[in-house]
Amino acid sequence: MIARIMAEPLLSLQGITKRFPGVVANDGVSLEVYPGEVLALLGENGAGKSTLVSILYGLYRPDEGEILLEGRPVQIASPSHALRQGIGLVPQHPMLVGRHSVAENLALGIGSKLFPAQRIVPLIEKIAGAYGLNIDPQAPVHTLSPGEKQRVEIVRSLLGGARILILDEPTSVLTPQEAEALFKVMRGLRSAGKSLIFISHKLEEVLAISDRITVLRRGKVVDSLLVAQASKARLSELMVGRSVSFDRKRSQPKLGQPVLQVRGLKARSSRGLEALRGVDFTLRSGEILGVAGVAGNGQSELVEVLSGLRPMESGWVELGGKTKNIRANPAELFEMGVAHIPEDRIHMGTVPSMSVAENLALRQYNQPPLAHGWFTDAQQLEANAKAKVQEYAVATPSIHTPSGLLSGGNIQKVILARELSGIPKLILAVHPTYGLDIGATEQVHQVLLDKTLQGAAVLLVSEDLEEILSLCDQVAVLYHGELKGPFAVESATRESLGLLMTGGVV
Amino acid sequence: MNKPPPSLRRWVFEPDPNPPASRLWLVSLLAILAAFLASGLIFWAYGVSPLTAYITVIQGTLFDSTGLAEVLRRFIPLVLIGSGLTLAFRAQFFNIGAEGQLLMGAVAAAGIALFVPLPAALVLPTMFVVGFLAGGAYALVAAVLKARLGVNEILTTLMFNYVASYLVIYLINGPWQGKTVRGFAYTDPFPPAAVLPTLPGTLVHWPTLILGLIMTVFLQLLLSRSVLGYELRVAGANPTAARYAGISATKVVWLVALCSGGAAGLAGVGEAAGIHQKLLDPSQISLGYGFTAVIVAYLARGNPILTIPTALLMAILFAGGDVMKVSLQMPFRVIDALSGLLLLFLIGSERLVEYRLRRKENPQ
Repeated sequence: MIARIMAEPLLSLQGITKRFPGVVANDGVSLEVYPGEVLALLGENGAGKSTLVSILYGLYRPDEGEILLEGRPVQIASPSHALRQGIGLVPQHPMLVGRHSVAENLALGIGSKLFPAQRIVPLIEKIAGAYGLNIDPQAPVHTLSPGEKQRVEIVRSLLGGARILILDEPTSVLTPQEAEALFKVMRGLRSAGKSLIFISHKLEEVLAISDRITVLRRGKVVDSLLVAQASKARLSELMVGRSVSFDRKRSQPKLGQPVLQVRGLKARSSRGLEALRGVDFTLRSGEILGVAGVAGNGQSELVEVLSGLRPMESGWVELGGKTKNIRANPAELFEMGVAHIPEDRIHMGTVPSMSVAENLALRQYNQPPLAHGWFTDAQQLEANAKAKVQEYAVATPSIHTPSGLLSGGNIQKVILARELSGIPKLILAVHPTYGLDIGATEQVHQVLLDKTLQGAAVLLVSEDLEEILSLCDQVAVLYHGELKGPFAVESATRESLGLLMTGGVV
Repeated sequence: MNKPPPSLRRWVFEPDPNPPASRLWLVSLLAILAAFLASGLIFWAYGVSPLTAYITVIQGTLFDSTGLAEVLRRFIPLVLIGSGLTLAFRAQFFNIGAEGQLLMGAVAAAGIALFVPLPAALVLPTMFVVGFLAGGAYALVAAVLKARLGVNEILTTLMFNYVASYLVIYLINGPWQGKTVRGFAYTDPFPPAAVLPTLPGTLVHWPTLILGLIMTVFLQLLLSRSVLGYELRVAGANPTAARYAGISATKVVWLVALCSGGAAGLAGVGEAAGIHQKLLDPSQISLGYGFTAVIVAYLARGNPILTIPTALLMAILFAGGDVMKVSLQMPFRVIDALSGLLLLFLIGSERLVEYRLRRKENPQ
């Protein structure tokens, strides 16, 4: 390791500054990447990681500073230019054509003109074999798991001759087992002399896989340290500027009457496939049930049925002592006390082009005091917005700012303020802290915990097992539309949940 | 490191996520100017100096009483249809069938005027109400097809223009052909009670003009101050969020179809009862107002009240076409090229609003 550090850096950033209107996204960032190492880029949301990646991948030009590749200054003009210079990106969400095969996808831009996918197959097999990337070149991409798609993206970069691979939050879509497989691949690439830049929020993963860690905060490099010098506590302190507790946050719950009873619930996905195959559970007032699972195993459909966005096919749902009408729409269910913090906070939870004040009115725009008869009341709309912005400490220039201009954490606060301001009986929270920084995450967790003390039941859908284990009283796993559990949280472990998430039996 | 000399300072384009409103106006204004410059080339190709052409148009429309009346006459259908279309476009319902909806309004007006015995005082109000409903109902067909079966409203509304056009042709050549018109293809003239009053010596049917102005104010209030307007804006800006909040997309589509089709229907009543006083060939009832109103609505950027200036602009161009034909011997349709260029430049400049020009300082 010491020898590697002493070597000439493969890639070096010197004083990179990138400004956007109103913010300095990167402020004099300098860092080095050496051959054959994994450098973790760690930082809260908005710390400047994505901007830095975009600069390295030729999507943005830095306002100031230099990029040196093997000691020579380079300008990176575009993604294809980046790849020609040996810098490849494995994006967070794979950018592949679902209907095409792996080979056809990889042949894009580099295969021969006539039968692009033909000659590339042996190449793919050769590269995949060399690094233990297990993929079938003929498989249609839409049949692949998220982990497999990621491997295809890695192969794409390697085919292009990448020496430096940037992995942008690669584990966010993976099960623990798949993440472990990815780490194995990463270790193989490292020993083959490739340099990897690993971007993640998850401290354990960073500690598990990296050689060195560079921490960004508010656009600046706070520290670069060897993994041997790092610990979770030290890293989180660097990231947020204060230490954060990792203990179980849940105090003794106050359980009450059943709020939600679900029996034999079946529903189909939008593509007409069976998404829920007979789900049973009971949720009591004051209780938090965590639903873990890999995306696409029925979580979305479960929440959609409970929030009124999707009709159920059969089964029975009782909510607050009343049987849920099969045709109940989201507005009616909100009236009955169902708050919904949706997975997609930009495209479902808010209207980005409309003001914060109008977004805060989305649930009660047609009821007094926000509306009288056919007319809305502009003054009440503002008063409502001011009160909620203050209560939830939403950082916004004004209540008339379009919500799309706020940061992810503040958009989520707008949603929380709107959904939880009444006295919800049932809170459906889907990935409520996804992509949020530690400060905002803490606030979301605290709000949910507070609401349970006021008697709300929470159904928490999350892929983050840490979050589930630290908040929930009961935990269940959805796999292929079947609910495993719920179990008392004390009896569950990361490993047992991970196994259930991939269809294993505990 | 060798520093670039100060002369290497350059202007750079930068994305700006929160453009100020003033930039929208500036960019739009520049686009309009660019369109005028480009059309100037066409005038020049006809052997007319662009400057002369524009001066002639402005003198012949704004500084001439007959010309001004012509402008107002065109303004009436444009502001009515345009204000309705702003609402439809705001809700992502791309109604480009206003031409057909206008014709249906004219047909309804003619039907009431010629065949329904009513007390004289009730004739015109009934014509307007039924005309509104006819235009609205015609647009509703497309709305129902979209809401129930997911049929693209651009195609249906466009095709319904032809259906309406042939319906009018059938009526004036068949069952509704006038008894007193000696074989010409139009209906009998409307009875006096069914004819709209005009400003003396002009074709400006002022009741429709007032109706158009009221319509812009009404629709603006509907959009910004009513529960329905809020639902419409949410559904238009983010259909997923609308679904999430339990806002019925069907209701919104129906509302905007009724409003935009109805407004076009009113324009049809105005043209039939105010200008022609009979039902006649579709190409004479409407001079493409339904399509020009698309530009009117687009320029107004979703604000019904702003269709007043934008409809005025297009009305000047329309009337200017006549002036150019008479004074400069250019074909009337040259004005279509001008409106086309206008729309092209405006849409093309759309992206520029999201960028700003900044003087890049030297890196130190």
